[in-house]
Amino acid sequence: MRIKHITEISKALILARWKQTLVAAVGITFSVGLFITLLGFMEGLNQLLDGLVLNRTPHIRLYNDISPSAIQPIDMAPEFNKTYNFVNSVKPANARKEIYNAEAIIKKLNSDQRVLGVAPKVTAQVFYNLGNIELNGVINGVDVTQEAKLFSFRDYIVGGNYFDLKNTSNSIILGKGAAEKMLAKKGDIIKITTATGEQFSLKVVGFFQSGIAEIDKVQSYASITTTQKLMGKSSSYISDIQIKLNDMSQAPVIAREYEQLFNLDAEDIQTANAQFETGSSVRSIISYAVGITLLIVSGFGIYNILNMMIYEKMDTIAILKAAGFAGSDVKKIFITISLSIGILGALAGAILGFALSSLIDAIPFNTASLPTIKTYPIDYGLQYYSIAVLFAVATTYFAGWLPARKASKIDPVIIIRGK
Amino acid sequence: MDNNIVLETQSISKYFYDPVKTEVLKDITFTISRGEFVSITGKSGCGKSTLLYVLSTMDTDYTGKLIIDNESMEHKSEKELAYIRNEKIGFVFQFHYLLNEFSVLKNVMLPGFKSNKLSEEELNQNALNLLKSLGIEKLAHKMAYQLSGGEKQRVAIARSMINDPLIIMCDEPTGNLDSKNTELVFEIFKELTETFNKTLLVVTHDLYFADRTQRIIKMDDGKIIV
Ligand SMILES: Nc1ncnc2c1ncn2[C@@H]1O[C@H](COP(=O)(O)OP(=O)(O)OP(=O)(O)O)[C@@H](O)[C@H]1O
Ligand SMILES: [Mg+2]
Repeated sequence: MRIKHITEISKALILARWKQTLVAAVGITFSVGLFITLLGFMEGLNQLLDGLVLNRTPHIRLYNDISPSAIQPIDMAPEFNKTYNFVNSVKPANARKEIYNAEAIIKKLNSDQRVLGVAPKVTAQVFYNLGNIELNGVINGVDVTQEAKLFSFRDYIVGGNYFDLKNTSNSIILGKGAAEKMLAKKGDIIKITTATGEQFSLKVVGFFQSGIAEIDKVQSYASITTTQKLMGKSSSYISDIQIKLNDMSQAPVIAREYEQLFNLDAEDIQTANAQFETGSSVRSIISYAVGITLLIVSGFGIYNILNMMIYEKMDTIAILKAAGFAGSDVKKIFITISLSIGILGALAGAILGFALSSLIDAIPFNTASLPTIKTYPIDYGLQYYSIAVLFAVATTYFAGWLPARKASKIDPVIIIRGK
Repeated sequence: MDNNIVLETQSISKYFYDPVKTEVLKDITFTISRGEFVSITGKSGCGKSTLLYVLSTMDTDYTGKLIIDNESMEHKSEKELAYIRNEKIGFVFQFHYLLNEFSVLKNVMLPGFKSNKLSEEELNQNALNLLKSLGIEKLAHKMAYQLSGGEKQRVAIARSMINDPLIIMCDEPTGNLDSKNTELVFEIFKELTETFNKTLLVVTHDLYFADRTQRIIKMDDGKIIV
């Protein structure tokens, strides 16, 4: 039996009941459309929220932690190496926060295939001076180009250009919160006091807004050279090396490796931000559950309509069988009906989903904490479209399967005798 | 092998179990040869339709042997039986069952879709020729539900012939027709056997109709009497 003829018969049966089949198809269209919209919106929000932290966080951070040495001098003395030594109140020595030989490490990291990019950083504890009042602050000395490339630095700069940090000497990008307290405008000169008590004047070239108020009250940015100058350190002084990997999931393994290799402390992003991953995956699971429920419910619609169609078309089925159509042919006909409803409904649903997504994408969404976001976030990922369409087609296949089987089992003798 | 027997039954019996066990067909044995025009008559309820459903392979719940075209129908799957039905048997019902979703032409072509031996054009041409020989070629593109009873019956006959079957079985094909249409159908059947050497097995209550066939099988209470 040719597919062409199966579809021809299916088409005739659909057209004879086109209103009901349309209703079933519209059910699929709606559930596929809503599935796509729901997941696109949810995933857009997830990425936005995760991005708030994860974009700004290196996958691996190399630094020197201040901690007491595990080996005390007494352990090294040959006469005591057979005894068990107790030392109370061990304090860290005047350990260097500096990463020794940073330049060589960076060079080595850059040649590692797994590494996307490396950005050195210097952190300085300072006080912002406001007349008599001193505010706690942290100045991050960053490599402006690398910071922009790896950590979307420019997205968080409001009222100013991040590049001025590099071009203007002794310049600073102030945290938005700090700037508001200091009533600082762009172009103003502000005074800071370093931890060692020295005073500096810095020119404000812009403001930094991360979306997290606590951070914006404290953190500011300057170039590495400026920060090194503030601290009175040489140009080789680096306190952190931030690494972005090609594959974020490898961070914990690579972090351990670098710890050994460079004899430094290494913190991976998973350890630093465990809670964000959990939140996102829970939100995703919920939206998938809701979306798939929608699709299954619409599958019941198809099941109902096919069942009804079979009751109405008993005679037709009996004639087909009397004319020599096998049960399997009848089954194919009804599965074809079901699948065409599913495929047409799903494709229309994909279009509806895209339309609804674009609609949400156009709704203004302004929030002070997210300077770069103007409308609601939507993820247009192709995977939601394919999952929805595939799942809808699979659902309609199974929804059609039972009625189709029933149709294939109809005994023509009973129907013909019943006339 | 090269005998002329188209259909043969060997002591076919059948029971219905609902509400009580009754034997509807009792030890039915007969043969039909190529080109024969046979009618089956008998009182209402004697088992004529039941026999026809068994002979058409639609009903498989019987004991005894059914041989069509020298091939036993024993132990054949539903699929194989459907294939034989499609290839070798044409069936015409009393209630000229047509598919209302299709045009007359498509209704006639339908069994040809299943057998898939001819191209669409050839099938189309054959169907038109059949309609023409039955005098209803004008109706080819009408929908099935738009026809009169007599017209529908002729379409059903055309459909039963499209795959050029060995034998055409009819269950009271004229039961619903007036005498004029009955006469028409009879003429068609006669021509089929005489001119085209077709084999026909017709269940009928119309004794005038039966008397003019080549052979009458009389049934009573599930048995063949003559
Ligand atoms: N499914 C069934 N269950 C039980 N008994 C049945 C069933 N179908 C038919 N019968 C009985 O079997 C007998 C034969 O029925 P059948 O339809 O073959 O008669 P018939 O000779 O064709 O009669 P008619 O000329 O009225 O069409 C009848 O007595 C009928 O009541
Ligand atoms: Mg009968």
